[in-house]
Amino acid sequence: MSIGLTLLGLLESGPRHGYDLKRAYDERFGHDHPLHYGQVYSTLSRLLKGGLVQLEGVEPGAGPERKRYAITDAGVTDLDGWLGRAEKPEPYLQNTLYTKVVLALLTGRSADDILDTQRAAHLALMRTLTRRKSTGDLADQLICDHALFHLEADLRWLELTAARLAALTEEVLP
Amino acid sequence: MTAPLLVAADVRRSFGATPALDGANLSVRAGEVVAVMGPSGSGKSTLLHCAAGILLPDSGRVTYDGAELTALSDARRSALRRSEFGFVFQFGQLVPELTCLENVALPLRLAGTRRRDAARTALEWLARLGTADVAGKRPGDVSGGQGQRVAVARALVTGPRVLFADEPTGALDSYHGEQVMRLFTESARDSGAAVVLVTHEPRVAAYADREVVVRDGRSVDLERAR
Amino acid sequence: MRRWARDLALGVRLVARGGRGAWTRLTLTAVGVGLGVALLLLAASVPAVLTHRDDRTNARDFNEASGRPTDTSVLYRPLDTEYHGEGVYALAVQALGAHPAVPPGVSRLPGPGEMVVSPRFRAALDAPDGALLRERYPYRVVGTIGDEGLSGPREYSVYLGSDTLTGSWRGNAQRLDRWGSPTPDRGMDPVLLLVTVLGIAALLVPVAVFVATAVRFGSEARDRQQAALRLVGADRATTRRTASAEALLGALAGLVVGAGFFLAGRRLVELLSFDDISVFAGDLTPDPVLAVLVAVGLPVAAVLITLVALRRVAAEPLGVVRRSTTRRRRLWWRLVPPVVGLGLLVPLAGRVTRSGGSLDTAQVAAGLVLVLAGTAVLLPWLVERVVGRMGGGGVARLLAVRRLQADSGGAARTVSGITVAVAGAIALQTLFAGVAHGYEKPTHQDPRAAQAIVTDNRESGPAQRAALAAGLRRSTGVHAVYAFGHGAVFVGDDGGSLVVGDCATLRAYAGVAGCADGDVFTVGTDRSPAFRPGSATTLLVGAQDRELRWRIPATARTAVRSAHSVEGDDRAVLLTPKAAAASPLPPAMPTTAYVRADLTDPLAYDRLETAAARVDPLIDVMRVSGGSVDAKFATVRTGLLIGSIAVLLVIGASLLVTVLEQLRARRRPLAVLAAFGTRRGTVGRSVLWQTAIPVLLGLALAVLVGVVLGGVLLRMTAEPLWFDWSGILGVTGAGAGVVLLVTALTLPAVWRMMRPGAMRTE
Repeated sequence: MSIGLTLLGLLESGPRHGYDLKRAYDERFGHDHPLHYGQVYSTLSRLLKGGLVQLEGVEPGAGPERKRYAITDAGVTDLDGWLGRAEKPEPYLQNTLYTKVVLALLTGRSADDILDTQRAAHLALMRTLTRRKSTGDLADQLICDHALFHLEADLRWLELTAARLAALTEEVLP
Repeated sequence: MTAPLLVAADVRRSFGATPALDGANLSVRAGEVVAVMGPSGSGKSTLLHCAAGILLPDSGRVTYDGAELTALSDARRSALRRSEFGFVFQFGQLVPELTCLENVALPLRLAGTRRRDAARTALEWLARLGTADVAGKRPGDVSGGQGQRVAVARALVTGPRVLFADEPTGALDSYHGEQVMRLFTESARDSGAAVVLVTHEPRVAAYADREVVVRDGRSVDLERAR
Repeated sequence: MRRWARDLALGVRLVARGGRGAWTRLTLTAVGVGLGVALLLLAASVPAVLTHRDDRTNARDFNEASGRPTDTSVLYRPLDTEYHGEGVYALAVQALGAHPAVPPGVSRLPGPGEMVVSPRFRAALDAPDGALLRERYPYRVVGTIGDEGLSGPREYSVYLGSDTLTGSWRGNAQRLDRWGSPTPDRGMDPVLLLVTVLGIAALLVPVAVFVATAVRFGSEARDRQQAALRLVGADRATTRRTASAEALLGALAGLVVGAGFFLAGRRLVELLSFDDISVFAGDLTPDPVLAVLVAVGLPVAAVLITLVALRRVAAEPLGVVRRSTTRRRRLWWRLVPPVVGLGLLVPLAGRVTRSGGSLDTAQVAAGLVLVLAGTAVLLPWLVERVVGRMGGGGVARLLAVRRLQADSGGAARTVSGITVAVAGAIALQTLFAGVAHGYEKPTHQDPRAAQAIVTDNRESGPAQRAALAAGLRRSTGVHAVYAFGHGAVFVGDDGGSLVVGDCATLRAYAGVAGCADGDVFTVGTDRSPAFRPGSATTLLVGAQDRELRWRIPATARTAVRSAHSVEGDDRAVLLTPKAAAASPLPPAMPTTAYVRADLTDPLAYDRLETAAARVDPLIDVMRVSGGSVDAKFATVRTGLLIGSIAVLLVIGASLLVTVLEQLRARRRPLAVLAAFGTRRGTVGRSVLWQTAIPVLLGLALAVLVGVVLGGVLLRMTAEPLWFDWSGILGVTGAGAGVVLLVTALTLPAVWRMMRPGAMRTE
């Protein structure tokens, strides 16, 4: 999962200080692993270098916390591309998927679209596995089944998330 | 790309004041297996019933092989279901008083096939689905998986061009569910029948060529979205 | 006992909180049982109805007085007739003494030109179409007959005040000194008693069978409830007790509903009359002992029936297993009731005759009940055995046969009521048809020669006679009137009719040919040969008992009466007017007129009556019929017919409920059948087969049992065996008709269940 893209997503709703960004990130995605300040500023400077964010203004005084960052058009395009793209179906994607859904809600995009896109990608892989299962030997079949069950678990979680969207929306957008 | 065999366009249908379908679309090409997915109460079964001509939509059109289903009389639609369609449901679909063989032969008998010929064809299908041994038993005396396979045999026995399946593995465990799905889709592909498969299980939907999602009575064709 | 109370209370609570399903079930049971209870109460009221009716008709009856007239003597002349096809009790009265006796319900004997009428009669007089009746009875109404003087509330009855009655023995009236028939009723003769016992058994056994099925309404839903109770830890005995609570509740509700039906029906009963019989609401009182028996016996029976029925059902926590399919029904114990019943009846052969013999009512009743109930017991075995061997034909029959094989007991139960009812009705019919000829009194009249005979006892000359004939001829529907002077002629002790009329009339009377005015004929038949010409005779003519001597002229022609004459085998001497003038006969004689008319329409008869009454109210008009059935026997037949129809209808209603309930339980398979394109007609035919097969078996059994039972009973009366096959066919057809009707009524429900919406119930 990319911290840079997540920060871009957080910035899309408006310019923020680095400190604000860290707090917003920790609140929504940090859970057990809050970001270090160093991580925030090194990521931001990488984004600055890539032209995805720009400095909106520096307030008087010293220290990095005086700088306000804003997303650039290039940054929005990057973010769009990421959110619209299905993650490669593989187990334990929930962090990324969760981040994507929340960011979609935060930035006024359709979370249903993200779910549908992801569902299509998952099912495409599951179809391939199902087909391979019907031709393969027993070991193949067992391996395929294992993968299928995990993919299904992800998809089910995704569907549950979809079903809870209304509640989630209220929580995310106070 | 061939022209679709069965098309449901902008179908709306409510039960009393409750809208079940609110502009759903479905398009199935010959020989294609389409999964209809969606949460409970999303209207996916209603979409299946409308597409099969069991229910008449309040508005919208259903066309099969160029003919508008929604304009046919009840008797004509019944005849169409007898000759062109096959059905598998979740449970309670076998006539409990008839033997499994008689259940499978029933659609043939309804279509006017002679008793002996119907029984022979039915037995062949039971054998293809590996359930010839339950031919003489009543549905109440066979296991769920066997019963479902008998139901699949019954759906396929008339050589239908479209099979409708509503949660066909809903009452089965993973192993028997897999078995039934495999036999079902393989037999359908062998006989060139298109399948409309309503399910909420991704693993079952993975047997399909593509999927359509029904949400709040509206359908999203993922293939078209891509 | 405490456990019983606790479990029953639980069962009652389950019904009360069971939602719409439980209430629907309870309502159906209550209505079904209620109909049965109403019939039972009705049957329990029959003794009271008959007693009160007999009391009243005896009180207004009279015996001809002998000896010298007294202060209370009254002359009377019965003028019973018809109005609108219904009987009219009419009596002309004329006071002889200073203080004439007054019939019950009448305050004052009507004077000349006055009449006292029943309420129905008064209503008919006042009705817009009452002109015929008003013309027929041009009297002033001076009073209304009270209930105590009527046989029923809808009776037409009238007392006419007259001053032209004469009481001598050839006069037009008799004398009574007091009202009321002092001789007690001779009681019912044994054959009639046998018929009545059979009739009541044939009504009540089906009702009992019906009640037994009615308390089992909704057994499918009850099964689920039982399973749920087992799941939360109730033992089997407990579930049975809670289940019987529902039956008990249904039976109690049924008692209330039945009492309601009965009371409501009681209020309506006075509005009905059937074949001249109507009943006062006040007479319709159940025998207290029988009523208590119903009130106590029914709930107890309901609980017992449920417990017995549930013995075959094992309620397990995860569902209900019926044991019926696992064990084949055995025949031997099912044969016990009918065999024992026949064993009670057969030894009575030849014991019951009309003239004598006594009837052991208890033994006969027990035998009848056992045989009839045995039919219901035999039927499940028969259905199972026959259906078990049937294979499928078409899809419809296949579905029906397999369904019947799966639950042959249920199928048998649904038609057992009809089977028993039809068996009873056939037995009745057989007994009845065999016995009936003994009660048909030949009248020796041939209805082909004339359709009505008009008797005018006034002494009238030719002009008056012609006026009567002309008056009658004007009545609509009358083709021809032959009026003649009528008297009696004796040679020694042999009597015959004396007839004075023109040649056309004589031809109509006896079929004599080649007649000319002045001729005398003497006619007879093989059995009563004609008087020989030249015989010395005594003539009796008119009210004054005049005896005249006359010798039949030697020139009289002898003739054989034609087969088609009105008064079959009576011998007669016929005189043409000129011959009469040459004889000592007076010119004025009582008149008889033969009327040829189409009287099939009751109104035509009413017009003829009125035409005669306009000439003179005392003129009697009588329909000609080949034979008349003893009135009492006719009453019994009518009562039983009404009963059979009522029973078949009630059972038909219950059959409808049962079939609908069975259909409801099959909603899912029906919807699936519809989904894969089954034609409605196929399912409709399968439903028909499903009822028709057990019904045909039931009716076959019913015909067998009915014919055997009827034959045994007929042997009891020592009458020759004779079966009224057309009647049997009629009753069987009525039973089959009820089933067809029920099936037709269930079809809309089948169509509704086949509507695809039904799929959504899952």
